[in-house]
Amino acid sequence: MEPMPRSLRILTGVTIVLLAAALYMVFIYAPREAVMGEVQRVFYFHVSAGWVGALAFLVTAVAGIVYLARGGLHWDRLAVSSVEIGVVFTLINIVSGSIWARPTWNTWWTWDYRLVTATVMELIYIAYLLLRQGIEDPDRRARFAAVFAIVGFLSVPLTFLSIRLLPTIHPVVIGSNDPSAQGTFDMTPRMLRAFMFSLLTFTFIYATLLWHRLRLEGLHQQIEQLKLRIAG
Amino acid sequence: MHFQDATADTLNYMILGYAVILGAMALYVLSLWIRTRNARRDLTALGELESSPRA
Repeated sequence: MEPMPRSLRILTGVTIVLLAAALYMVFIYAPREAVMGEVQRVFYFHVSAGWVGALAFLVTAVAGIVYLARGGLHWDRLAVSSVEIGVVFTLINIVSGSIWARPTWNTWWTWDYRLVTATVMELIYIAYLLLRQGIEDPDRRARFAAVFAIVGFLSVPLTFLSIRLLPTIHPVVIGSNDPSAQGTFDMTPRMLRAFMFSLLTFTFIYATLLWHRLRLEGLHQQIEQLKLRIAG
Repeated sequence: MHFQDATADTLNYMILGYAVILGAMALYVLSLWIRTRNARRDLTALGELESSPRA
């Protein structure tokens, strides 16, 4: 296998530095929220993890469209790599949200539209990964996965819009002042900076992980080709 | 009349939240590293198998 490219090493280093800076901004730079207290700091990485999930699933859907239009198994490798990262970060989003909810809503879980749509979205993409394993032929698997990813992506805008269109207790920090929401707060300029920096950092984390995950897919491909050569 | 004037003590939940977030990220990075190492080993072994003379 080729050694790690210099650009990937630089990206990984920059991402580690950004993560350290984001932690500083979350814990030191941003002020403590007056009502909820320290648990509000979960918000910065909770939303950022959700953002990575949505971005990852968008990349998967786009990769699926391009695969169906042009072909090329490298698009399928991009799709599966991105889904895996999306599933991990959506899970982080859901679990950290539950931890934030406990002191704020006085419950770990409630059947709120946002929580349900986010969980359904997560289950759709877990099903994507499981179903791929049941198909041996790479072209058939890629075709099937591409269609699944495109249809499954409908769950992403549905999750995003659920708190904006449906009655919910989940706060909409940006773009809403719904009085029925519980746990909402006004962001101070420092909070907003910490939030935006966290979003930027998580975007870098996504790009770095995706590159590493794609290299792993490349290794798997080499192994498959070698196995076929040996068997033939 | 009672007004809530104290900030809630939710430090433990914040610690739990970040333990989960950073822990899950670290686990994923570890899984990537282990899978990459295993794949490299498989590739090396298969390469040796391919280059060795057949019986």
